Amino acid sequence: MSEQPQLLFKYRNVPGYDNIDVYQKHEGYNALRKALTMAQDDIIGEVRASGLRGRGGAGFPTHIKWNGIPKNWDKPHYLVINADEGEPGTAKDRELMNLLPHLLVEGCIIASWAIRANNCYIYIRGEYMEPIAQVRKAVAQAYEAGFLGKNILGSGFDLDITVHQGAGSYECGEESALMSSLMGERGMPRHKPPSAPLPVISGVWNSPTIINNVETIAAVVPILNIGGAEYAKLGTERSKGTKLFTISGHVNKPANYEIVLGTPLREMLDIAGGPLDGKKLKFIIPGGSSTPLLPATDQYLDLPMDYENMAAAGTMLGSGALMFFNEDVSVPKLMTRLMHFYAHESCGKCTPCREGTNWLTKIHDRIMAGGGRYEDLDLLLDICNNIGGRSFCALGDAAAMPIQGAMRFFRNEYEALIPKESLAKRVFTPLPIAGAVH
Amino acid sequence: MFSEQAKQQLDNLIKKYPNKKAALLPALWIAQEEYGGFVPPEAMREVAGYLDLPPAEVEGVATFYTMYNKAPVGTNHIEVCHNIACMVRGADELISHIADKLGIEKGETTADKKFTLSGAECLGACANAPCMMIGPKYFEDLTFEKADKIIDELARK
Repeated sequence: MSEQPQLLFKYRNVPGYDNIDVYQKHEGYNALRKALTMAQDDIIGEVRASGLRGRGGAGFPTHIKWNGIPKNWDKPHYLVINADEGEPGTAKDRELMNLLPHLLVEGCIIASWAIRANNCYIYIRGEYMEPIAQVRKAVAQAYEAGFLGKNILGSGFDLDITVHQGAGSYECGEESALMSSLMGERGMPRHKPPSAPLPVISGVWNSPTIINNVETIAAVVPILNIGGAEYAKLGTERSKGTKLFTISGHVNKPANYEIVLGTPLREMLDIAGGPLDGKKLKFIIPGGSSTPLLPATDQYLDLPMDYENMAAAGTMLGSGALMFFNEDVSVPKLMTRLMHFYAHESCGKCTPCREGTNWLTKIHDRIMAGGGRYEDLDLLLDICNNIGGRSFCALGDAAAMPIQGAMRFFRNEYEALIPKESLAKRVFTPLPIAGAVH
Repeated sequence: MFSEQAKQQLDNLIKKYPNKKAALLPALWIAQEEYGGFVPPEAMREVAGYLDLPPAEVEGVATFYTMYNKAPVGTNHIEVCHNIACMVRGADELISHIADKLGIEKGETTADKKFTLSGAECLGACANAPCMMIGPKYFEDLTFEKADKIIDELARK
């Protein structure tokens, strides 16, 4: 097993690292001092050289987002941090905020300078009261030390950071819903390009806005410390650097790990202590509950964990929530639980997601209760096809994709739950296809 | 009615946002604190008055988010994560165990109003499953014994 370079977690085990004095003794706020002497374009240039991509799930190149913001101080600009970590399987941002809150605060100040924002809001999910307290403490310490407020370190740059507590909604992790929520509305998604401008032009309060995940912003600190080019030496051609992975499920040492992108899944399993009690693994969910599962066979365990290889395998790297499941887990039962989750969290704005997630749940419930019909299996897929790409935001796709993955590899488990008499009938009625003319 | 301290908190809050409406979520958190752990209609009306918003709008927002309680809950609100990472590490069994221990069903409050038991969607402690939250605090890597101990201690208070 190769040694994994630690950039974000370098000082994770240093006692008191959540306090500013200890943090400063370990390179803390060095990157900020450097950044304030750099021109905005040069900082974005370093981020570009690093190849950093959004760590929240979508993997969008960070420098492209930052470059889109107007390069003047005419209008107020906002930096919004998405700390609404809710994707089942993901627990990395919580640990980062609990143990390394200053890394986030320092990253926020650097990013705000780079995008010319004088206001930054850190939107943290409501349940995370301990991380909220940690980040609030770090913000207060940063104000006291002169890293926040007016004329930061004599640079003439002013910045205020506000920690905003969510109130329990998975949907608010979606970028546009988060903006709605931050502005005091129900957490519902908004129109996206091309029917609406990008957030970099008109985001919160109709002002240019950058929204980044906690880990993305924290990664800017080591990038400035070691240089973008050095950071880019880690990882694969298009998936650069290190990433935090929450490895959970049936492994001996479930935890958050910082691992170089492109590390084979098998090696990640070893890092997490191997299969729990040595029991044979059945399948993997690579990037959070919304990403399609993969069987835990050699073919897939040998895959390097990066954006491209996961996409090629028909799934996603997502938020880096890697879950391993052993043979005791029933795929339909797991999917039933997940569907209840998505139906509960659907915001109700658009029909495909609101109705679709409820039907997916009802059909799963009936299959699990022994009342399934043979045609239910195709019906599930048909509903998935009618949600995927047709809902207002990605929550719909997030509910459909796991079913599609489950059906691709474990349809037999669903079939085994269908009563024999229904299987014998096997009525094949062609299902209507959405958009087709009848 | 909001206390003077709460009003002060609200005034400070409003200054942090470009408009009053943006302070709605934090204001509802203060209201929940002020009204003893839930947000009754009069609390929503009071928030609406303070932020110059229609009461219906405040109600619309308050009812969207699960963490604003619409009815009183027990002194200790036990929320056990039942999403997949916890489920495969024994969350369902843990919920049944706690329910039996307290003599209530999931979603109910004990007669002495000390405990409410709920299931919760992914709490973001997947690497330390199963987990639960009671008030602001997380309890992780739970076993039946650990959960018993935590609940027994709270029951004594």
